[in-house]
Amino acid sequence: MSPVSERRASRPYTVEFLRRWSRRPAITLGSIILLLFTVAALLSPLLSPYDPYQIPEGLAAVSLLSPRPGHWFGTDLLGRDLLSRILSGARVSLLVGVVVELVVTPIGVAIGLFAGYFGGRIDSVLMRITDAVMAFPGLVLAIALTAVLERSGLLSVIVVLAAVRWTTVARIVRGQVLSLREAEYITAISALGAGKGRIIFRHLLPNCLAVILVAMSFGVASNILSEAGLSFLGLGVQPPTVSWGSLLAEGIVYLTVKPWLCIFPGLAITCAVLGFHVLGDGLRDILDPRLRS
Amino acid sequence: MSRYLAGRIGQAIPVLFGVTLITFLLTHIALGDPVRAMMGQRADPEVMARIRTEYGLDKPVWDRYTLYMAKVLVGDLGYSYRQDRPVTDVVAERLPATVRLAVAAMLVAMVLGLAAGTIAAMRHNTLWDLCMMILSLLGISTPVFWLGMMLILFFAVWLGWFPISGYGDGAFRHLVLPALTLGALQAGYIARMTRSALLEVLRQEYIRTARAKGLREGVVILKHGLRNGILPVLTLAGIGLGDLLVGAPLTETVFGWPGLGRLLVAAVGNRDLPVVMGATLLFALIYLGANLLVDLGYALVDPRVRLLKR
Repeated sequence: MSPVSERRASRPYTVEFLRRWSRRPAITLGSIILLLFTVAALLSPLLSPYDPYQIPEGLAAVSLLSPRPGHWFGTDLLGRDLLSRILSGARVSLLVGVVVELVVTPIGVAIGLFAGYFGGRIDSVLMRITDAVMAFPGLVLAIALTAVLERSGLLSVIVVLAAVRWTTVARIVRGQVLSLREAEYITAISALGAGKGRIIFRHLLPNCLAVILVAMSFGVASNILSEAGLSFLGLGVQPPTVSWGSLLAEGIVYLTVKPWLCIFPGLAITCAVLGFHVLGDGLRDILDPRLRS
Repeated sequence: MSRYLAGRIGQAIPVLFGVTLITFLLTHIALGDPVRAMMGQRADPEVMARIRTEYGLDKPVWDRYTLYMAKVLVGDLGYSYRQDRPVTDVVAERLPATVRLAVAAMLVAMVLGLAAGTIAAMRHNTLWDLCMMILSLLGISTPVFWLGMMLILFFAVWLGWFPISGYGDGAFRHLVLPALTLGALQAGYIARMTRSALLEVLRQEYIRTARAKGLREGVVILKHGLRNGILPVLTLAGIGLGDLLVGAPLTETVFGWPGLGRLLVAAVGNRDLPVVMGATLLFALIYLGANLLVDLGYALVDPRVRLLKR
């Protein structure tokens, strides 16, 4: 196939993609939610009304204030503005969610591609390892891993989650490659003398991009939830670093008396995760070839 | 059937091997020195050396793995550094509470999920459908532990219907909120799966036939639709048990539930590695066992599975 005809074939697809995108209000909604969160996280030093870490003077007067003008989400025990802390936590929570996904996707894709394409012994060894890792409930293995690492912190959270989360992508890509491997165009290309590398990277990988994209969207959502869980248990980021999960860990002590300390950080997690789920659902609808008439 | 059974159990063995290898490696590549953690910084080196010999920590890794496997196979998971009794005892004591919570949560998930999914499919493209799908989306997007807190706040603190936390010697009142919390995520997934499976089935010709011969809509949906649509949902629900167990450490922490999950979290804090790995291994075994049961049940119900996989 010459490059020219390839390019021509791909253009209507992009147009089709955008047309489908514009017809789905859900996916637009998901994108808007995520855009708002990203902007809030990136600009949090500018947007925060107060310093999220600094303990203010005259502590007694500002400790554990209920939500009010000036402190829209209230303040914590040390008088720090909760809105500012949630904005600061957004950076950590979103960062972990996205970075972990960027680390595990290439690993999972590589494993899935090789297992699916070469099959045989390579496939069974790789898949047995995947099965063994997947046999542990994800967060349980992550918790066990934090016991092994010397210290917990931002880096260890990323390492621990990456060690657990690569399996999903590997499985999905392998499944896709298995079904594509027998397709006629692959047989045709290899009959024309294309090498393994060319088949894998020029023909199989691009055809997996749709499922990878969808998996990444759900993956980030899952990472954000896992990070929140680890930090909530005290096994994630450590003070003074703030994430939504650690804010909830601080807040649960006051659950019955100062509920806003728990309500707002949890709402932030739910909205962000919801955004990625809606986006993932929408992408799947757009990209699923079975739905393309 | 017996050949399918043997094959399915045969598949589980390499996974089990891999699972023990992972827990073993985690215990033994631990960067922190458990003996030092146990004894403190000013421990007598001679005493520490003696403890290392006693726990077999001075032998080469491969020897220790063989030893570890031999012990695991007879149910010996080692000795807790902190509690000074066998890990098997420590873990076994916590198992019933977690199993009870998981089973209750699975029931909640099945009932709520199937109901919501069926309603959504029956009222496809209506406000009902939209509401059910938004609810299920919230179910899968809300962090379990936060949902737990909000349920405590609403039903325990404000309404006072249920206790705030604790096991309450197994009283039903104490089980309600934790089970709802842990089941909500799976309920969301099951609702979404039920809806799409049912919509698929309702397009089939035999459904049109059933309607054409004048059956009531309820009978068509429940007897002809759901019965055929439920099988894939059940399998996925079995796999979902793993996801359900993910929430166990969090839910148990929020509700002060004396289960495996809270034991695991506490043991990580204490650096009590044998207990950490014992609990982790047990979680994996529960998961594998549940999946095996679901697969066998599936094969029992649907003869096509047996024929296909032979």
